Amino acid sequence: MAQNQAKQAYAAGAHPDLPPPVRTTGPVGWIRANLLSSPLNITLTLLSAWLLWSIVPPVLNWALFDAIWSATDRKDCWAQMDEPRAGACWAFIRGSFRLFIYGWYPEPERWRVNVAFVLLLLAIVGVLRDNLPGKKYWLWFAVAFPFIGAWLIVGGFGLTPVGTQKLGGILLTVIIGVTGITFSLPLGIALALGRRSKLPALRAVCVIFIEFIRGVPLITLLFVASTMLTYFLPPGSTFDLLMRVLIMVTLFSAAYIAEVVRGGLQGLSSGQYEAADSLGLTYWKAHRLIILPQALKISIPGIVNTFIGLYKDSVLVLIIGMMDILGLGRARLNDPDWLGLAPELYLFIALFFFLCCFSMARYSLSLEKKLETGHAQ
Amino acid sequence: MNNPDDTQNISVEPAEPIITINGMHKWFGDFHVLKNINLEVRRGERIVICGPSGSGKSTLIRCINRLEEHQQGTITVDGTELTQDLKNIEIIRSEVGMVFQQFNLFPHLTALENVTLAPIWVRKMPRAEAEESAMKYLERVKIPEQALKYPGQLSGGQQQRVAIARSLCMNPRIMLFDEPTSALDPEMIKEVLDVMIELAESGMTMLVVTHEMGFATAVAHRVIFMDEGQIIEERPPREFFENPEHERTKLFLSQILHH
Repeated sequence: MAQNQAKQAYAAGAHPDLPPPVRTTGPVGWIRANLLSSPLNITLTLLSAWLLWSIVPPVLNWALFDAIWSATDRKDCWAQMDEPRAGACWAFIRGSFRLFIYGWYPEPERWRVNVAFVLLLLAIVGVLRDNLPGKKYWLWFAVAFPFIGAWLIVGGFGLTPVGTQKLGGILLTVIIGVTGITFSLPLGIALALGRRSKLPALRAVCVIFIEFIRGVPLITLLFVASTMLTYFLPPGSTFDLLMRVLIMVTLFSAAYIAEVVRGGLQGLSSGQYEAADSLGLTYWKAHRLIILPQALKISIPGIVNTFIGLYKDSVLVLIIGMMDILGLGRARLNDPDWLGLAPELYLFIALFFFLCCFSMARYSLSLEKKLETGHAQ
Repeated sequence: MNNPDDTQNISVEPAEPIITINGMHKWFGDFHVLKNINLEVRRGERIVICGPSGSGKSTLIRCINRLEEHQQGTITVDGTELTQDLKNIEIIRSEVGMVFQQFNLFPHLTALENVTLAPIWVRKMPRAEAEESAMKYLERVKIPEQALKYPGQLSGGQQQRVAIARSLCMNPRIMLFDEPTSALDPEMIKEVLDVMIELAESGMTMLVVTHEMGFATAVAHRVIFMDEGQIIEERPPREFFENPEHERTKLFLSQILHH
């Protein structure tokens, strides 16, 4: 059949589209192209297979099949295994799980944290999904969420106040991450626009701010937040430590976002500005409708990169005495009942961060795909 | 501010100037791009501007909607003088349509959204009405079936026609064309020129920077030849092509007509 087609002569323009040769597509084609394309490639494939074979089963045995999920302490845990350390002792993590999530948040009030988590998830879904009915209200809710969330967590206005020193663990990590991400994006965009402004004073302020913040390590800024700020405030006034940290983290990541967004703005051709101008759009309308949608689309990888960095950098608050998930975990390692279980702890924390950051990365990829309109102007 | 009634009452008079440029100079830094430009364009008049590259022809029409700022002299468009006053600039821009060499469509919006954007956001037209009007213009440029495609999915000629529809949808009184066919493949030039000829026949005031001499002969009332920032010659097309006055014009014409 195929040979008949090959011999057949077609009139000009009438040649049908033929399927490609089988060996170049599908799973066979993929294996040939990616695993077996050259002697070196074949060697590397075999080597990788051997490495996977020798690493994956033992790790799975340790982490899952030989792991102990309930025990009273380390001795009990190891007693349940064929030999000590043969498997992971997840009972340790299970026992501290609530502490890791809520920190020292008072037991009777923990429902507030749960509600805040659920609302956070709803807000995220509301922002990220765009085929929701009543999208506008979802967005308003997402804008209001940081304030609702803050009210639920710290209390006041009818709820029992909870001091911010009681916050810890995943709760604290998520608070820092979400606040930083939510507020640094608009601030960063404003700084990027300011840096490109035609007004010299505004431009100077933005440049100085960005360069100063970028030029100082985050840890230094956190020390400034925890110690020096009190010198600048009027005596006797208290300014919550968590609040100071949140402000510093937000400013820090805003400076990076600003530079990423500026890169996106410079990626647009001047023709886009001219077309917007020539239609009579004002500066703000042109930016909102034409410039920013395109600049932000170009900047997505950089923005998400900054967000992931910010999220992971939140563990640095450990240094100024705040107990995020890493700080609490390390404190738990000193519990005499559970000594020596560092691998379990760090694996758990690594998994937590990986899940958060990997979801952000995947979302950014899907967003890029969705916004692709087949044209780079 | 000028009283808008002044201009509206006499708008039927065909000889009335709609653009007046008086003793206009422009510099890019130290470079003197436009030198003492004096030009009067009457309502409904169609002017083709040509000249060697770097002669300032694009800059001249870009000054008319203030994409470039002039430093001396006056430009008055439809009774409004172009000054630093942002309000005036916005008024003039919404009355003057512009078509660019590189089309400059908004790549993140569909063809239809490109056309409806300014009517909705500048003219405050309700969306349904804007879409109806946009479809009318997309039909006029003969691509209503491409309305929901993105610019990246259209050919150059189609993109340029969408760009023309985008300008027309603002109901401009004047249309500026900055080398509208220079970035097009040869087989697409005609479809864009056809649209421009149709537009000319409808009585639109047009200033066209182009080297399409066939177009100039067919529709222009006047051809302006520029060199080194000055208007060298300014004549009806037949006289311009058959009997140019200046040596520089003759040289230019011999170069673009014989290759």
